[in-house]
Amino acid sequence: MKTFGTISGAAATLKMINVDTDQIIPKQYLSAISRIGLGKGLFHDFRYDTNNNENPDFVLNREPYRDAKILITSENFGCGSSREHAPWSLDDFGIRCVIAPSFADIFFNNCIKNGLLLIIMDEDKVKKLMTVAENPQTCNMTVDLDAQTIVLADGTSVSFEIEPFRKQRLQEGLDDISITLQRRDEIATFEAKQKAIMPWLYRP
Amino acid sequence: MSTPKTLFDKIWESHVVAENDDGTSLLYIDMHLTHEVTSWPGFENMRLNNRPVHRTDAVLAVPDHVIPTTGRGERIQNDQARIQFETLIKNCKEFGVPLIPLLDARQGIVHIIGPEQGATQPGITLVCGDSHTATHGAFGCLAFGIGSSEVEHVLSTQTLVQKRPKNMRIAVNGELSLGVSGKDMILAIIGAIGTAGGTGHVVEYVGSAISALSMEGRMTVCNMTIEGGARAGLIAPDETTFHYVKGRPLAPNEDQWDAAMTYWKTLPSDEDAAYDKEVALDAATIAPQVTWGTSPEDVVPIDGCVPDPSAAADEKQRDAIQAAIAYMGLEANKPITDIKVNRAFIGSCTNGRIEDMRAAAKVAEGRKLADGVRAMVVPGSGLVKAQAEAEGLDKTLTKAGFEWRDPGCSMCIAMNGDILEPGERCASTSNRNFKGRQGRDSRTHLVSPAMAAAAAIEGHFVDVRDLAS
Ligand code: SF4
Repeated sequence: MKTFGTISGAAATLKMINVDTDQIIPKQYLSAISRIGLGKGLFHDFRYDTNNNENPDFVLNREPYRDAKILITSENFGCGSSREHAPWSLDDFGIRCVIAPSFADIFFNNCIKNGLLLIIMDEDKVKKLMTVAENPQTCNMTVDLDAQTIVLADGTSVSFEIEPFRKQRLQEGLDDISITLQRRDEIATFEAKQKAIMPWLYRP
Repeated sequence: MSTPKTLFDKIWESHVVAENDDGTSLLYIDMHLTHEVTSWPGFENMRLNNRPVHRTDAVLAVPDHVIPTTGRGERIQNDQARIQFETLIKNCKEFGVPLIPLLDARQGIVHIIGPEQGATQPGITLVCGDSHTATHGAFGCLAFGIGSSEVEHVLSTQTLVQKRPKNMRIAVNGELSLGVSGKDMILAIIGAIGTAGGTGHVVEYVGSAISALSMEGRMTVCNMTIEGGARAGLIAPDETTFHYVKGRPLAPNEDQWDAAMTYWKTLPSDEDAAYDKEVALDAATIAPQVTWGTSPEDVVPIDGCVPDPSAAADEKQRDAIQAAIAYMGLEANKPITDIKVNRAFIGSCTNGRIEDMRAAAKVAEGRKLADGVRAMVVPGSGLVKAQAEAEGLDKTLTKAGFEWRDPGCSMCIAMNGDILEPGERCASTSNRNFKGRQGRDSRTHLVSPAMAAAAAIEGHFVDVRDLAS
């Protein structure tokens, strides 16, 4: 997993509550066999019309938000199915950080598993950030995970909270598997013990 | 004296590698079954991170979900299906994972081939990226379905981080009447406890009616445990289990057999072990079951009727019944036996085993499909197919007008081209009657193999017990 330090770039806003996983990435992208390229399908039905032409009004189709690295949105973002295509498509598009007053449970966990930083923030603070981000002149921000701050274009900064455990995981780029692999020795000890009693479970 | 333990407690505790601070455990996984649909993200990530498969002897892969059930050996026409299938082969080769190829006689639905190959054994932990992994619990092993990230976790570490579920006991005592099967039993159980009845629990099935079931019947019962909300179902291993496992390719060999048996016999729950939840059913009262709605809990006995929304306990329930009836194109209070079908599907990991083929053939023997009915029989594996053909079941079925096809998931999930047309009504031996499960606007009624065959022959649902006499 990628480590998370500081990211700088445009912040796009999506003022909409309950954006579900079907809206983040619709089902026609689920039977693919690669997560690379899923960024094209991110917010598909908002981004493209029925003929697959870009909808010029949608924020991610406008400069400088085409290269957005941060997304600021409303309550309960990511509700719906457990598909990991949702964080994959955000990541593939280039969005590594999403800021909202609240997130759906499974989506939240899936994002952690995939190295995305989700920041939960008071609605008032989120609204202020949205106002700043809506102006293309001021939409560039720097999210600094170490300092737990979002530095705005005018140099002012907004602080955010994150559980220490999650922070460390992101900083070190530790996914569940890396964490478990740190217990290699314990796993090996278990296997040696089991193999001695139940050799039939270990095939040559 | 130590506290009495359940079968589940014993398996769980013998597989904990480490306890975590947050109350979860790192659980060792003895066997991992995998297929084309949920394995590719894991392999792709492992390639990116340069990680090997931790134990290639503890994984077994097979293609099943997207595989056509006719024209075996020909190029798969659907591009996406073919690419998924080819990706599985490529990944298994690259990572050294044993794979049962499509043209191998052992190929079949992942939950059918696990037991057939002896990969499923008492006392082990077994996972697969598929919710019907619960099937394998019939052998007294802890088996549950996992997501794509967890598939990768198991491939890379042979472990999973899990929260310990609670114990639930479902007792079915007495004798099933003739023509009533394990499928009817599990449908009746789900009808009784509801689709969320087992949430957060591992279910252990006990009682004389459970012990009397063959391994095939036990697998059918455990298979649909997930439809009752529990991730895993268990049945204590006994002589029936040992007899089934013995001599299978991945089972303990001659030299190891006695030691394995000695261990397996310690597994059944201690006599006064405590359960967090208990339910009891009388087998003698179970009639053949038919689902009328769009959830497996929407089930009634064959002599019942479509429910009346106006008799519902509350508004929410009334709306749910109304919506299901509308989707299914039925009317309130209509007798189940008046419901006409135009399709039948016999197969899936719920009912694609030899006993199911025999039950269908027995009903079909000397009879003919009703006019306008199309019926598919899809054996769960190549071995089931070969066995059925050796017994002449295919002839009996095709003579009656049933199609005899190649193994795979087929119309259980309708990903492989076997699909219902909008509005078609199917007597299906599979496990889910969700909206659109067998195709857009399809109407699925879940039943046993004998009941599906009987409905196909009569053109409407009938009590297979009447037909037999
Ligand atoms: S037969 Fe159906 S339920 Fe079973 S594994 Fe295949 S798709 Fe899943």
